[in-house]
Amino acid sequence: MDGWLGVLIMLVLGVGFAAVMIGLSVLLGPKNPTPEKLAPYECGMPAVGDARERHSVKFYLVAMIFLLFDIEIAFLYPWAVALRDLGWPGLMQIVTFFMILSVGYLYVWRKGALDWAPAARARNALRRGPRKAA
Amino acid sequence: MFNSSFDAVVPMLCVTLAALAAMGAEAFRARDEKMPIGGLGIIGLVGAGVACALLWNRNTSSFGVIVADNFGLFVTMVLVIVGILTIMFSSQVLEVDNLPRGEYYALLLFGIAGMMMMATANDLLVVFISLEILSLAVYVLTGIRRDDPRSTEAAFKYFLLGAFSSAFFLYGIAFTYGLTGSTRLDRIGAFLAAQSMSDNPLILVALGLLLVGFAFKISAVPFHMWTPDAYEGAPAIVTGFMSTGVKAAAFAAFARVFLSAFEPFSQQWVPVIWVLAAATMILGTVVGVAQSNLKRMLAYSSIAHGGYLLVGLVAANQIGKAAILFYLLAYAITNLAAFGVIAMLASSNDENEELRDYKGLWHTHPALAAMMTVCLLSLGGLPPTVGFVGKWYIFSAAVSSGYYGLAVIGMLTSVVSVFFYLRVVVMMYMSEREGPEPVRPRIARMGMVALTLSVILIFYLGILPTRVLDYAAESIATIF
Repeated sequence: MDGWLGVLIMLVLGVGFAAVMIGLSVLLGPKNPTPEKLAPYECGMPAVGDARERHSVKFYLVAMIFLLFDIEIAFLYPWAVALRDLGWPGLMQIVTFFMILSVGYLYVWRKGALDWAPAARARNALRRGPRKAA
Repeated sequence: MFNSSFDAVVPMLCVTLAALAAMGAEAFRARDEKMPIGGLGIIGLVGAGVACALLWNRNTSSFGVIVADNFGLFVTMVLVIVGILTIMFSSQVLEVDNLPRGEYYALLLFGIAGMMMMATANDLLVVFISLEILSLAVYVLTGIRRDDPRSTEAAFKYFLLGAFSSAFFLYGIAFTYGLTGSTRLDRIGAFLAAQSMSDNPLILVALGLLLVGFAFKISAVPFHMWTPDAYEGAPAIVTGFMSTGVKAAAFAAFARVFLSAFEPFSQQWVPVIWVLAAATMILGTVVGVAQSNLKRMLAYSSIAHGGYLLVGLVAANQIGKAAILFYLLAYAITNLAAFGVIAMLASSNDENEELRDYKGLWHTHPALAAMMTVCLLSLGGLPPTVGFVGKWYIFSAAVSSGYYGLAVIGMLTSVVSVFFYLRVVVMMYMSEREGPEPVRPRIARMGMVALTLSVILIFYLGILPTRVLDYAAESIATIF
C-alpha cells in the first residue's frame, strides 16, 4: 500500500490544482461576452453550417467492413503470441479462419461495396453484365 | 487441441460450408443469372443429416464444449428437416418478392449452423455465441424486404429486444461463472450438486437472469412482446423458419442448461417455469382468438405452443423429456408447413395474409386449402395428426408428475385454440368471397412438394409415432 500513496497524493494534487485553477478563472476572470466569443471554437475560423450534417451512407458501409476485418487482425495477435505453443494445428486453424473470412472479403469486393465512386460501381456492373433496375 | 475429436462438429461444418458456398456463388453470380444456390443448401443439410445418423449413439464430443449426444443430434435432425423444408418453400418466395437469393440462403444456412451449435453446446459461452450467430442471421432475414417499412420495423424491434435479452443471458453466465468457477455445463452441474449453495441468493440471481434470456428467445409470456410484431413483419417463410428453428434450438439449450447443470436447483426454478408455462398458454391462446391477421394469429399460436413445451420442461420426468423432443419435431413440421402455405399465397405487392383473404380458398386452390387444413388441425391437436400425439405425451407427462393444474390449463387452452384454427378452415371451405379475388402468384412445384412431404410426415408421425418416440426416449437417456 505504501508504494501507492505517492500516486494517490499526485492524483489529488493534479485534480485539485486543475479544479482550483479553472474555478479561480471562472470567479475572477473579466467577462465581456460578444457573439464571436460565444460561438463554438473551430480552429479560429468562423463556424460554417451545422455540425449535424448528413453523411454519405457509404461511410457506414466502410466503417462496418473496416470493423469486421479489423477484428480479424485483432484475432491474429493472440495467435502470433502463442505461435510456438500452438504449432502446426494452430497454424491450420488460423488459416481456416482466414479462408472463411476471405470468402466474406471476396463477397464484399464482388458486390462492389469497396468501390467508392458511383462511376467505378457502374463500370463494374457493366463488366458483370446488365443490371436490372431493382 | 487436435487430439480431441472433430466428429461432433461435422453436422454444423457441412451447413457452414454450404453457407460459404452460397456466399461465394452469390459473389460470382451475374445479375440475372439463375443459380441453384438453394440446391447447395440442401446438399449441405443432407450432409448434416447423414453425419447425424452416423454419430447417433456414439456420444462424441469436440473440444469439450460441443457434445454430439443423442439429445443434441435429435434436435439437429429437426433443424435439418426445418432447413430443407424452408429452402424448398423459399424458391417461390424469392422469385415473387425478388429478394437477394444468395444472401438469403447464406443467412439461412448460417442461422441453421448456429442453431445446431446451440443444440449441442455444452458450455454456456458457446451457447451464447451460437445464440448470437442464429440471432444475427434471423434479424437480417426478418428485415430482408428492405423496401417494406413493416419488415424493417419488425427487424428493428426484434433486434433491440434480442440484444436486450442477450445482455440478460450474458449477465447470468457471468454470475454462474463467478459462483461455480466454470462455464462448462457438466462442471457447473457437478459443482452445484457437491456444494450446498441453497443459502446463496446469488445462485438465484444467476438462474433468474439465464431464465429471462431463454424466455425471450422462446417468447414465453411475459417476454413475448416482440413476437407478434416480428412474426407479422417478416416474410411469411422467414416467420415459419424462425418460429420453428429458433424455438427448437433455444428449447434444446434451455432444457440442457436447466435439466443438467441446474438440476440440483429444480426446487427453485420449477415453480417459476410453472407460472411461465401457464401464462404463456393462456395468453397465447386468448389473444390469438382476437386476431384478424393469419400471420399474427399463428404468431400467438406459436407463443401458446411454447407454453406446451414449457409444460414438458416442468414435468421433467422420463416421458416429459422425450415429449419435449417429440413435440419440437411435431410443432416444427406443422408450423413450418402452415407458414409455407401463407408464403406461397402471397403476391409481391399484397401478402394476402388477412383472414378474409382466405375466404373460399377451397374453390381456387383446393390442394392448398386441404393441406392448410391438415396443418391447422395438427396445430390444434386433433387426431390422427402429429399435433395430437405431441400434446398427448406432454399432458400425460404433466399428469404423471402430478402437475394436474398445468395439464388442465393446457387442455382447456387447446380446446380454445381449436376454435381459432377451425375458424380459418371454415373461412376456406364454407364462406364465399365477396369482392374481387386477391391476386395470387403461380404456385411453384417445389413448394407443393415440400408441403406434400410435410403433410405425409404429419400423418405418419400422427398414426405411427412409436418409432420416433423411441428415438426421442433414447436421446434423453444419454444425458439427463
